[in-house]
Amino acid sequence: MQPELSRQMRSLFDPRGVVVAGASSHPGKFGFVALHNILSQGYAGQVYATNRDSGTILGIETVPSIDDLPADAIIDLVFVCTPASANPELLAACARRGISAAFITSAGYGEAGEAGLKAELELVALAAELGVLVAGPNGQGVISTPSKLCAQIVAPAPPPGHIGVASQSGNFVSSFQNYAVQTGIGISRGVSAGNAAMVGVADYLEFYADDPETNVGLAYVEGIRDGREFFDRLRAVTPRRPFVVLKGGATAGGQRAAASHTGALASDDRVFDGMCRQAGITRAATVEEAFEAAATFATQPLPRGPNVAVVTTAGGWGVVTADAITRSPDLTLAAMPDDLRAKIDEKLPPRWSRNNPIDLAGGETRDTIPEVLELVASHPSIDAIIYLGLGIQSNQAQLMKDGPFYPGDGLERIVGYHERQDERFARAAAEISTATNKPILTATELAIAAPDNPGPRTVRETGRLCYSASNRAVVALGHLRRYAQWRERRGLQ
Amino acid sequence: MSLTLSESRSKHLLADYGVPVLPERNARTADEAVGAATELGFPCVLKLCGDAIAHKTERGLVRLNLGDEAAVRDAAVALLDAATPDDGDVELLIAPMVRGARELIAGVHTDAQFGRCVMVGLGGILAEAIADVSFRLVPLERVDAEEMIEDLATQALLGPFRGEPAIDRDALIATILGLSELATAQPEVVSVDVNPLLVVDGRPVAVDALVEMRGTD
Repeated sequence: MQPELSRQMRSLFDPRGVVVAGASSHPGKFGFVALHNILSQGYAGQVYATNRDSGTILGIETVPSIDDLPADAIIDLVFVCTPASANPELLAACARRGISAAFITSAGYGEAGEAGLKAELELVALAAELGVLVAGPNGQGVISTPSKLCAQIVAPAPPPGHIGVASQSGNFVSSFQNYAVQTGIGISRGVSAGNAAMVGVADYLEFYADDPETNVGLAYVEGIRDGREFFDRLRAVTPRRPFVVLKGGATAGGQRAAASHTGALASDDRVFDGMCRQAGITRAATVEEAFEAAATFATQPLPRGPNVAVVTTAGGWGVVTADAITRSPDLTLAAMPDDLRAKIDEKLPPRWSRNNPIDLAGGETRDTIPEVLELVASHPSIDAIIYLGLGIQSNQAQLMKDGPFYPGDGLERIVGYHERQDERFARAAAEISTATNKPILTATELAIAAPDNPGPRTVRETGRLCYSASNRAVVALGHLRRYAQWRERRGLQ
Repeated sequence: MSLTLSESRSKHLLADYGVPVLPERNARTADEAVGAATELGFPCVLKLCGDAIAHKTERGLVRLNLGDEAAVRDAAVALLDAATPDDGDVELLIAPMVRGARELIAGVHTDAQFGRCVMVGLGGILAEAIADVSFRLVPLERVDAEEMIEDLATQALLGPFRGEPAIDRDALIATILGLSELATAQPEVVSVDVNPLLVVDGRPVAVDALVEMRGTD
């Protein structure tokens, strides 16, 4: 990335001060919402606002124009809510103040016909001349948790984390942020590219590739203006970070006019898919799959091989998870090594499955689950674990707490025991994963059915994703394995 | 404007880049065809070719499994008679008759967004219906070719199949890389269609091929 663009990107994501241009006193208007969101989420820099009629909005004394701002104000970012026609003059005034990044929410540009497109091209030319980065226009905003910056005209404010989001659709930034709120797997940066007049998704992803706050990129794309350039640019950064891409318009039919069989088979989707495989881009099929792949990259080590063990407290869960692993093109249900079987035999009564899936079959006592997780994760022929059954005892404990007999009849004691155990198991899964540098993914529907259950709650506290179904854990793990293999085959460490 | 090369010229171009083709002969007359067939051995295949002929099978311009000189002569006379004025300059193509239970497809396509790419997949008459194919952008590395073969859903067809050995992966990789090199070296090539890429004793062979070039105007 060019040093100037990199510096402008830092102004966009980590500005020392922000001015909202076109702030409004009406709580229904973008110019109010943007100011509200910046002020309410703990942004540490100075905040200023312009409003034609002056006056105080949300405690900020507005000024009529950028030129009226205090001379000593240090501002890097302007958040633009003014009509398109006002923006050329606004940008020039911002440049005079040393502002080097503008996020433009204004509509009426390239999305609005020929006149709009002309205005957009003129705006970009002007911004380039002024040395101001233009993000958008027609975008929903930018968030950056290291700076506690929530400069967007939509909710939510996501928790901090390491996923960098860039999207051609602003609503998908919100979707990914909502998943971040739900799962606790946070966001470092998020930006809605809008019309991407000056910088687009590839530019943001290139910034994330070198951003110390970000360790995985997550993008939504629809139309790509120059596919070949997108491929070349992404391929240059995938060795540094994993990038997860969700593509809209993926089911467009083949080019039926083509004379050749090859041409007829060359649907946009298939060519895009091959491009992703070649560039080491992780392509997800759905919104939640995209988020969960990114969340897994952000929170689990890469598997060094395809061999997955399933550790479960109940048979059926293990069987369907084994089926999902078997169906995955990237994963293998690990064969049970004899020495591992012998070691687990020492921990469990003989009714355990003695195979993979490792079904404890109710034979576990106080320390069995952490001990078995540790044995399995430490075995050199196992590359990853999916752990099932967390939280079921706490779920029963909740029923006891809610029932008429609690806390008598010994209920208080057993409830406390179960809750402590599930917390312990969740913590053990994270600690053993870290110690062995192997992914351990915990899956239970309690993650959404009872998010405050001590099992899934503790998984969140360890900073990991608690998958709401084992098949989703398998899909996410498959994405990690595919990327790891892409690296291995190209000699990347 | 684009123009298509005859099957014979298409195959010569492919062969220059290491795509395996059969030893074939061209002939203008029935006598030449018989001579060529005798040289190649029986049974053989006869096709009517020309730059303006793109869909031979649909027009019945392919005669398979010709077992002796008389069969070749009859087929040659019939094919030369079937040529229409629209076909322009035509010739006969004589090739050994080869068999294989598995038909693959390979090719080069110019994508509007991503430019030229190479394809490999399951071929034959059901290719478009099954659509088990994989693409990569030009130029490909060897690892890309390996991975695009792994991408195919019907992996069972790549192993030993109905008494035939497993597909020679190195030979298939060489074919894919050959198409990539051809596309790189020949910017005027718009598309290549190798269908079928027949698997004969485990080795892929381009049995039919069509190269489309960007016209000089």
